[in-house]
Amino acid sequence: MSEIKDKTKKMEVSRRDFIKTGALVTTAAVVGGCGISKEEFLQQHFKELTQEDVKNIKKRLETEYEKEFGKKFSVSFKEPIPQTLFGYGLDISRCIGCRRCVYACVDENNLSIDPQIHWIQVLEMEKSKGVNFHHANLHYDREKVPDDDHFYLPVACQQCENPPCVKACPVEATWKEKDGIVVVDYNWCIGCRNCMAACPYGARHFNWKKPSYIDPKTKKKSELNEDTHYLGNRPRPQGIVDKCTFCVQRTREGKYPACVEICPVGARKFGNLLDPDSEISYILKNKRVLILKEELNTQPKFFYFYAT
Amino acid sequence: MMKNYNKYTVILVSLIGFIFFVTSLNSSSETKEQKKTEPIKKKQKKAIEHIQVPPPPFSEDIFPCSECHEDMEVNKEKRILEDAHADLIGEEIVLKHDEENRWCLDCHDAKNRDKLHLADGRLVDFKESYRLCGQCHGPKLRDWKKGVHGKRTGSWNGQKKYLLCANCHNPHSPKFKKLKPMPAPVKLRSK
Repeated sequence: MSEIKDKTKKMEVSRRDFIKTGALVTTAAVVGGCGISKEEFLQQHFKELTQEDVKNIKKRLETEYEKEFGKKFSVSFKEPIPQTLFGYGLDISRCIGCRRCVYACVDENNLSIDPQIHWIQVLEMEKSKGVNFHHANLHYDREKVPDDDHFYLPVACQQCENPPCVKACPVEATWKEKDGIVVVDYNWCIGCRNCMAACPYGARHFNWKKPSYIDPKTKKKSELNEDTHYLGNRPRPQGIVDKCTFCVQRTREGKYPACVEICPVGARKFGNLLDPDSEISYILKNKRVLILKEELNTQPKFFYFYAT
Repeated sequence: MMKNYNKYTVILVSLIGFIFFVTSLNSSSETKEQKKTEPIKKKQKKAIEHIQVPPPPFSEDIFPCSECHEDMEVNKEKRILEDAHADLIGEEIVLKHDEENRWCLDCHDAKNRDKLHLADGRLVDFKESYRLCGQCHGPKLRDWKKGVHGKRTGSWNGQKKYLLCANCHNPHSPKFKKLKPMPAPVKLRSK
């Protein structure tokens, strides 16, 4: 008996040693070989970050971004505002399909210009066929909009209350915040793209390359937005998934999302679903509202409505 | 006997339970009512401020109207004006806004040339032109006041900025004009 016990003890120790040295070697190799800092690598411990950790990460990212882009960045970690659940309204009877929102979003959220990532996809649909994705055209190219026979349906993340993408993530790198925004931790995402397969709205986008901010046609370099949030528009690394965050860096400061501010026809509405006096509550109470793919029980907080 | 006893206790216990249930219902409805009144109090406290962003969109050098019109005699006969103000703003004002039934002096005041007037004759400043529009477009005005028709910018939980009807709709031809769209997204693979 005692022999067996000893043996197991010996085995345990040796296994532990093996793992320890193995981990050390891989750490050294990763840190040394891939050019990421020790702090960045060690951030991926499976534990909740302390205030101290957050401070250090903020500092690290801000210096990294300043070095890379040559200007000062601020990376906010602002928490959800209590008693807030964000909801979005889009007036289908108003939208003219001008795509101003698409590019305001690109600028605000530091989206990759090459390869191109658009968080908002404006679909052109035939009036005679109604909301029907089989007859939707993303690539419409017209001299003037709106076309008389078509209407327009911009689609971005629907910020589901029951988000299938979150369930699909094997490493819990994406989750729903208390204010209802579904976010991604770019430093935790392993780029497996399961969430993209799970999302029924095509709202998640993969950074196949490191985002470039130079237009491949005009060679014009676009200016980055330096007011960022850790879970939102901070510059992304290669090989991770990103998505609309209702402009978390703006909305947690009380501002409207960039797409709301740019819309020339005022078709986009935003507010707190828990506030009975908010614009979005008024819409839900008084207008004809629809959600996309209701049958999937994703429970979007993005409501399409007809104000007329 | 034992069985009977059991029956009675079951009835008794369920009766007591029922009484408890009813009283708890009452108390919960009371708390609900209290909760209902709370948001109204809050509502009175937070009056969200609104500020008008751009002033009424006058064409250059056209306001005040009285500068030219003061000395002119008013012809109140309804008619279609030829080359209306074309000399001033470069293009003729063509009324495409219920033009069968209305003309200039239905909105512009004949006496005080720098004001508009409502159907009952009350004068309205150009800065409050929405009151005039709302005479016909009541539901739109209601939605606009709630921030649902038209554009609101600023803060979703604080000070909001608003546009006048006339900032988006030309009052003489209010249909929203078509725009050139921004470029379509690139196709990943060209077939």
